[in-house]
Amino acid sequence: MDDLYREIIIEHYKNPSYRGELDPHDISFSDENPLCGDHIRIDLRVNDLGVITEAGFSGHGCAISQASADLLLESVIGKTLDEVKAMTKQDILDLLGIELGPVRLKCALLSLKVLKAGVYGLDQANDNLVEE
Amino acid sequence: MTISTPLDVKRIRADFPILDREIHPGKKLIYLDSTATAQKPAAVIEAMNTYYRQSNANIHRGVHALAEEATASYEGARQKVAKFIGAKNSRQVIFTRNASEALNLVAQSWGRANLNPGDVIVLTEMEHHSNLVPWQMLAVEKNLRLEFIEVTPDGLLDMETYKKCLSLQPKLVSFTQMSNVLGTINPAKEMIAMAHAAGAVAVIDGAQSVPHFAVDVMDLDADFLAFSAHKMCGPTGIGALYGRESLLEAMPPYQGGGDMIRKVFLRSFTPNELPHKFEAGTPAIAEGIGFGAAVDYLSSVGMGQIEAHEQALISYALERLEEIPGVKVIGPEASKKGGVAAFVMDGVHPHDVAQILDGEGIAVRAGHHCAMPLHDKFHLPATSRASFYLYNTIEEIDHLVEAIYKVKKMFG
Repeated sequence: MDDLYREIIIEHYKNPSYRGELDPHDISFSDENPLCGDHIRIDLRVNDLGVITEAGFSGHGCAISQASADLLLESVIGKTLDEVKAMTKQDILDLLGIELGPVRLKCALLSLKVLKAGVYGLDQANDNLVEE
Repeated sequence: MTISTPLDVKRIRADFPILDREIHPGKKLIYLDSTATAQKPAAVIEAMNTYYRQSNANIHRGVHALAEEATASYEGARQKVAKFIGAKNSRQVIFTRNASEALNLVAQSWGRANLNPGDVIVLTEMEHHSNLVPWQMLAVEKNLRLEFIEVTPDGLLDMETYKKCLSLQPKLVSFTQMSNVLGTINPAKEMIAMAHAAGAVAVIDGAQSVPHFAVDVMDLDADFLAFSAHKMCGPTGIGALYGRESLLEAMPPYQGGGDMIRKVFLRSFTPNELPHKFEAGTPAIAEGIGFGAAVDYLSSVGMGQIEAHEQALISYALERLEEIPGVKVIGPEASKKGGVAAFVMDGVHPHDVAQILDGEGIAVRAGHHCAMPLHDKFHLPATSRASFYLYNTIEEIDHLVEAIYKVKKMFG
């Protein structure tokens, strides 16, 4: 339990560095977890080389979903869109540094799902984006 | 803290094998999620086990001894369920998969046959998705108009808006007798009388009421009542629809298949009589038998006693929860609700609350509890919900409160 709420997660939940909307933006996508109503929107600014220069997330959700969004955006600044496309579930688990059961995994993966759906330019996000 | 309740809870807890379970090392199960599904007493588990070990056979058609036994047990269960809700005749009790399927049956059979474009259906803002979506689907198909009784800020139905809805001469009114989030117990008898006076058929979602207090369909004068076995100590996979006999007789079948027919020709069929007309295919036989054992169990404890016990628990729970700074319970005061306490905590998401409580062995639910429009109304994305049943104790509520203080400390 105390593992699940490691200090890093509580810290990113309470004091996120990447919370906010970017206007204007190059890419924006939002989606929710229908099981719990968590909602995340991610905005990106991308330079001519396809490198992410700025990122922001907004919405609401539990500590796991919000902290994972913050950690994810921190990790993608400076990455190319192709590098983001190659990201997987394991990248999120490595960022969080915790084990998660199937229900909370959905919370943790929502931000990656939103990010990849935006980067791929999809109309709708789907779970295949974050499953290996 | 000594609070008296009319039940010998220690004796009741001994009937439920799962309540002995240690969930995490040193943490015994504190099950506060009976609104989602109730735990099962040994009597229910054994009834189903006995059927599979001794009487397993398909029902209604066989003439061998096992088929006779299985049929007698299954139809006996129907009679028990009918008696439990005060139905005159077990022909009026149709076994379904759950309350959701029972409501879908009314929408698809009665609704399709009796509603026309422009007709009005009245629902409430506090419905579970099961009593919203079947009507939304029908409304799209038949171009119907849905109108809603509003919920007041303290979680009650606003009867003035009900009167406004009734002035539109609706054909059907469908509402929950007890909210699965607010816990509100709605004045069903009065609301049914008002619906009838306006010429509407009244459908009651009894998924939360039938498990927790005595519900009598004759006294209510209900046209339809839907409920699920698994929320009343019975198994999953079975529920029931009670219907007024004249309405059921006039309704077309719901699904086609074995058992629901009297005669079949290559291009046509004639339907079976009630209740089999609405039960296509081999039903959930073991589960039906388990349902019968569940109502026997609840009757042996006494629904009045269960109601009084839960009233004592919810009164105490609201008092304790509301003393915690930053915690807010939604819904009306204890005297107007059943054993459901949905709450929010400043600065902590309900999922995190539920997760940390789980670490203490406490099972509560977090989310929108299949009532998204109700959460929208209260501007809440989600809540944590503790709910109580006959096996819960005052001490468990004390543990809940202690654990919530622990959550506060973690999130500082």
